Amino acid sequence: MRYLPLSNQDRESMLNTIGIETIDDLFDELPKSEVPQKLPSHKSELQVDRELSQIANENLPYSRVPSFLGAGNYCHFIPASLDYIVQRGEFLTSYTPYQPEISQGTLQVIFEFQTQVALITGMEIANASMYDGATACAEAISMASRINKRSKVLISGGVHPHYIDVSKTQLKHLGFDIEVLEPNIFGKEEILDKLDTDLSCLVVQNPSFFGDLQDYTAVANECRDKGVLLIIVVTEPVSLGLIKTPGEMGADIVVGEGQSLAGPSNFGGPGLGFFASLQKYVRQMPGRLCGQTFDKEGKRGFVLTMSTREQHIRREKATSNICTNSGLIALAFSVHLTLLGENGFNRLANINHKNAVELSMRLKKNNKINVINSSFFNEFVIELPRPAIDIIDELVNLNILSGIPVSRFYPNSPNLSNFMLVAVTEINTESDLDLFANALNEVL
Amino acid sequence: MRKNFLHEEPLVFEYPFSDKSAVDFNSPLGDSENIGDLKRTTPLGLSSLSEPEVVRHYTRLSRLNYSIDTGLYPLGSCTMKHNPRLNEKMVRLDGFMNIHPFQPEKTIQGAYKAINLLSDWLIDLTGLPVVAMSPAAGAHGELCGLMCIRAAHEHNGESKRKVVLVPESAHGTNPASAAICGYSVESIPCNNRGRVDLQALNNRLGDDVAAVMITNPNTCGLFETEALQISDAVHNAGAYFYMDGANFNAIVGRLTLKQLGVDAMHINLHKTFSTPHGGGGPGAGPTVLSDALAPFAPVPFLIKKNKKLCMVEHAGLKDSKLSIGRMKGFHGQFGVFIRALSYIMSLGGDGLSQVSGDAVLNANYLRVKLSKYITPFYDGICMHEVLFDGSFLDGSGIKTIDFAKAMIDSGFHPPTMYFPLVVEGALLFEPTETESKQSLDELIEVVTELAKMVRKEELTEYFDQSPINAPRLRLDETHAARNPILRWNPDPLLKAAE
Repeated sequence: MRYLPLSNQDRESMLNTIGIETIDDLFDELPKSEVPQKLPSHKSELQVDRELSQIANENLPYSRVPSFLGAGNYCHFIPASLDYIVQRGEFLTSYTPYQPEISQGTLQVIFEFQTQVALITGMEIANASMYDGATACAEAISMASRINKRSKVLISGGVHPHYIDVSKTQLKHLGFDIEVLEPNIFGKEEILDKLDTDLSCLVVQNPSFFGDLQDYTAVANECRDKGVLLIIVVTEPVSLGLIKTPGEMGADIVVGEGQSLAGPSNFGGPGLGFFASLQKYVRQMPGRLCGQTFDKEGKRGFVLTMSTREQHIRREKATSNICTNSGLIALAFSVHLTLLGENGFNRLANINHKNAVELSMRLKKNNKINVINSSFFNEFVIELPRPAIDIIDELVNLNILSGIPVSRFYPNSPNLSNFMLVAVTEINTESDLDLFANALNEVL
Repeated sequence: MRKNFLHEEPLVFEYPFSDKSAVDFNSPLGDSENIGDLKRTTPLGLSSLSEPEVVRHYTRLSRLNYSIDTGLYPLGSCTMKHNPRLNEKMVRLDGFMNIHPFQPEKTIQGAYKAINLLSDWLIDLTGLPVVAMSPAAGAHGELCGLMCIRAAHEHNGESKRKVVLVPESAHGTNPASAAICGYSVESIPCNNRGRVDLQALNNRLGDDVAAVMITNPNTCGLFETEALQISDAVHNAGAYFYMDGANFNAIVGRLTLKQLGVDAMHINLHKTFSTPHGGGGPGAGPTVLSDALAPFAPVPFLIKKNKKLCMVEHAGLKDSKLSIGRMKGFHGQFGVFIRALSYIMSLGGDGLSQVSGDAVLNANYLRVKLSKYITPFYDGICMHEVLFDGSFLDGSGIKTIDFAKAMIDSGFHPPTMYFPLVVEGALLFEPTETESKQSLDELIEVVTELAKMVRKEELTEYFDQSPINAPRLRLDETHAARNPILRWNPDPLLKAAE
């Protein structure tokens, strides 16, 4: 067994040292009887590779066909050097940097990550990451309530339904009163009238789940007047290469999903929750924070800091129960932003946007297709003459992963069945757009 | 002039700003824009480097890290075992890496099959009937289990149960998770054998107790020998038994949880099943549930319909009437699942019981060898980790942290310090099964030499100053907490000069 370095001779001699006869003697205190039954035996590396490759081959990866999938998880090109860096054993196989003297690599990466997240969101500070965008959203609502001691929450119908569901689950027993607005598919939500002085926070998403772009500056001003904290969710951070930052609009907390910059879809996990806010709220922030300090010689170094908010010290009084962050995905996200740099990030966003606009224009030529959004980044909604789910199925038969049926997320809204979410990124080619548009012409 | 083989690496933001990028692009497919008036007009302030500079930056930073790939990592309770590269290769197969969570089901049957295969292994290894796959980490699994427990009590008209009992030696996440589930938390003391005080537990159990959370093996590295009596007592009192599975590595393949009367337990795939810790995540915390809790499992989950796997994504539907809802975006930590599956298939049932055997053997070898020099908390067989207290340092003026930092100078990552909280100056060593006897002997030699130095009482300064061979001397953590600098900022003088 290739992962076990003890030889039988080693085991003998160690058992001797301990003064027992067999390894089983070490387990004398366990209750006798049942052990797991009928499990397959160990396998060679070659065999595992074969079996898992065979299972993987039963999937149709988006890398092989034209694909337009988004809804909070986006398919972007990942530079080769990113995966090399992520697979460096010193990053991959280290743990939480509890011993800062021998963890400066990880710590400096986190510090740079925190800075990058703050920069692209236009916020003052960011934490070391959360599980994913959806759990970060729930944590943000919780944090808002710790800040203004209110418990009423208003969530826009443009927020990703998974973020709404996760927030509802996670906050279920904490005394929140959560109102969620109707799915905002036409981008016509009236939020200003709904802001009250007893509201803790308002959660909106930009671009919205349906792809709409909106300037939340006026909403932010109204929120500030009423003591309501504005949480802006970003599920496609590539958009921040092009559009006004949530910070510039006046957000108090910005959370989102970093997968889009960090790596491939991986069937949706593991993701990366990013979490940014204003400096004055730092003590209420959940998750890990890395801070700058000095060593005994006065050299700059980094440490995990303000851990007095955390569960290992505060136990039931902690700001959150989260212990693990998403270190390796945060590294990938950070490396990608470093590779792109200011110019590359802007250019990537530009290409995404222009490619999406181009597809929307081609689809508009078919009068059976209605493009809903007036402005969008790299994702938009189309209305079809019949259920999207059927059309998507027909297009799979033509080897196109065309889009996502909006109805998948709203089982209780049958009126949404003809809508399809379509995302376009830099991985799409001229021929992808043609194939998609032509295939739709064919099936409609 | 730099006098060190390792480089001092600046922050990416401290390189000169220019128009460089490490990524070249194809042209966009069109020229039109449709962004309204939302276009950003000011730069963000990101760095600008070419590919060679970026690769060197991160490679240099990586060299400042300790890692399992470079040495034994005996952090108790963290199970820092070897991370096989096959797992990394498998997760990067085109058919696993490049699939989107919302593709049509017929295009992702392989993904469902892989998740199902891992679920089956976890079910077989624990003997419990159902596993909730979506929790993202251990603490998230705790919350999942407790939420199912709360939902079950409410369903059974037992809403008045609002207290969770947690031993004082528990991981800090246990009480934190219970609090997020809306429960109040009370501590149960340990007895002088380092186990839960059954009498104290019995005295406290009553109709206000919702659940008891026990880590087994516990954080003192000991098996809770009265586990059966504990679960009986908990169930007789009408409460549920949550087992923290952080230490599952010690017992995997050697007993089932069903026989321990467990109602819920999370499994840290990043511990027992070798998925890399990645500098602090991502992990995964699938949570096995008993028959009593199974109906409350979070969505999404897989069911079999007409011999095909399909996913139930919403609570409140026919197959998910009682589900607590969704805990995580998309479908769980799929990339972590594939790594764990690759590991489990590699070892098989026979390999996994050898894993727990060797893990416990290694810990006991350390215990016996080190006990001559430092004081074990408990004098008897331990499980996969061995706990020492700080009493061997008494009178020397050397603190546990100093002793731990001195280990760094001899090339070892220190063990977990000051945890569990019930033991003064604790040092908790978990070598794992992936260490050879030779590497254990090296660790033993280092700890032994240091312990001898403590006894000589002439080298306090050595401990005070250590580490001196690491990339940094000891860092001022108080300064960091009092004057939080959490990001890079442009030098205000430079900014003014612009």
